[in-house]
Amino acid sequence: MNAHRYNKQSKLSFSFSMLYLTIIFLFIPLFVVVFFSFNSSKGMQWNHASLIWYKTLIFESPSLWAAFKNSLIIALTSSVTATFLGTLAAIGIKWYRFKGRSYITTISYLPMVLPEVIIGISMLIFFSAVKVRLGMFTIFAAHTTFNLPFVFMMVSARLDEFDYSTVEAARDLGANESQTLTKVIIPTIIPGVLSGFLMCITMSLEDFVITFFVSGPGSGTLPLYVYSMIRYGVSPVINALTFVMILGTMVIAFTFRKFLKTVAASS
Amino acid sequence: MKKVLKPREREQLLGTVYAFPMGIWFTLFFTIPLGIIVLYSFLKRGLYGGVEWQFTFDAYAQMFNPSFAKVVVRTLWISIVSTLGCILIAIPCGYAMAKSKYQTFLLFLIIIPFWTNSLIRIYAWISILSTEGFVNTILIKLGILTEGVQLIYNNGAVVLVLIYMYLPFAILPLFTTIDKFDFALLDAARDLGATKLESIVKVMFPNIKSGLSTAFIFTFIPIFGAYTVPLLVGGKDSTMIGNIIVDQVSKTRNWPLASAFSMVLTFISLVGVFWMLYTGKREQQQSKKTTQQSLEQNVRKHHLPRGGK
Repeated sequence: MNAHRYNKQSKLSFSFSMLYLTIIFLFIPLFVVVFFSFNSSKGMQWNHASLIWYKTLIFESPSLWAAFKNSLIIALTSSVTATFLGTLAAIGIKWYRFKGRSYITTISYLPMVLPEVIIGISMLIFFSAVKVRLGMFTIFAAHTTFNLPFVFMMVSARLDEFDYSTVEAARDLGANESQTLTKVIIPTIIPGVLSGFLMCITMSLEDFVITFFVSGPGSGTLPLYVYSMIRYGVSPVINALTFVMILGTMVIAFTFRKFLKTVAASS
Repeated sequence: MKKVLKPREREQLLGTVYAFPMGIWFTLFFTIPLGIIVLYSFLKRGLYGGVEWQFTFDAYAQMFNPSFAKVVVRTLWISIVSTLGCILIAIPCGYAMAKSKYQTFLLFLIIIPFWTNSLIRIYAWISILSTEGFVNTILIKLGILTEGVQLIYNNGAVVLVLIYMYLPFAILPLFTTIDKFDFALLDAARDLGATKLESIVKVMFPNIKSGLSTAFIFTFIPIFGAYTVPLLVGGKDSTMIGNIIVDQVSKTRNWPLASAFSMVLTFISLVGVFWMLYTGKREQQQSKKTTQQSLEQNVRKHHLPRGGK
């Protein structure tokens, strides 16, 4: 019996040491990059601490900021569209039986599970077949497409906890369909809708592969810009950008977590 | 006067109004593009890109060309090695997280690196592994090396970075299923005389099957379709199917071949997904039984003489 307990202890410490090593493994590359973003010289030889690369990043990289602006425009427009379409569809599929329902359900999971290269290539070939010029619109369409499944999934999950009798109650009390939607359904599922929306924003800002295929001249997003920098010479400006991006995502994540909690608490 | 709809018609109408905008969107930007790829994979290659409207299996036949077949084999082994690497690391991690008191914090730690842009994470590895990179600089400083060694642009680097990129995909589902696992079952197995490893393999693994298959699929599919990692940290002999597809579209302009390779990726992904759904469903059907079994086992545990085999 004692031997068993002892063994269990050592088992625990094996898995925990694996976990800690894994966390170190996950963070080391990021720490290295952030550390060298404060290096005054270009290489991996530590010279002395300096903020020169942050200065270059903020004041002398207009094309980077132009790419970032494109990224923001795409992220916002595609996330709003995906959230709108995905939320409505989740409601319809959850509660109503209609023709085409199983087609829509199946098709809404597929873009999530296929490799990104496939989505990118198929859209590129599609756009050139129907002669749509590659640019902001094609990126917007592609991003909305890969964002939609996630909104649909998250809102559906939220609807699973929703008590349909409240909808019936609202109808019995004389609410029409749009009143039921805006005053009963939406307020209840808003945490699911918002977390879907946030996920879209993150994925849209982060996507490289699909954007790479459907972007045209002048419509490059931030990841595309980073790609061209990595491909044609390493620049410490990317190190500085990494730190800014990590800080940015963490600040946004924390603010929205709080925000989501208050929303969830109030509804 | 307002027309009164029958309940059935009303459902049809409401369902259509709610769900069809998304349905139309997916049809336009997903089903049709995918359909075009299926179609193109059976057509003849156009001289300057595009296709000629002539039915043929040429594109599929070309895939057996040795230079392409080599890439397919390589893609397979790189994907399998990286996926197994991810899962072997993820099992103890998920186990430890499930046992830990600080689950939220640990989850947060696993997810943060994941939020960082994937290109930036690849870039980080380039700056660590390259000839003038972090590792070489340190080794030279310590006097172990006199000049930088190329640690990057080979298949080893591709596997390492792929594991790094997709590890959270394996950890998260495994953590969720292990967290639901009843650890008393392990004690029961041990009390019945199983060794540590036996109890984990024979008692825990069958109970976390759905987590294992989800982890496998969530890592294998994106790794199998990887494009950026082999491009940026791989060498001349690290090309994977994803790279062929892109090259065939943008450089060689052989759209049917690119489409045919895309069909292979799609097919393998779909097989994987259906397999995952199947194991998940079977486990759900069995879950009632398992609870019962675990109850029985718990009861038995307390009635059996200790140490008895």
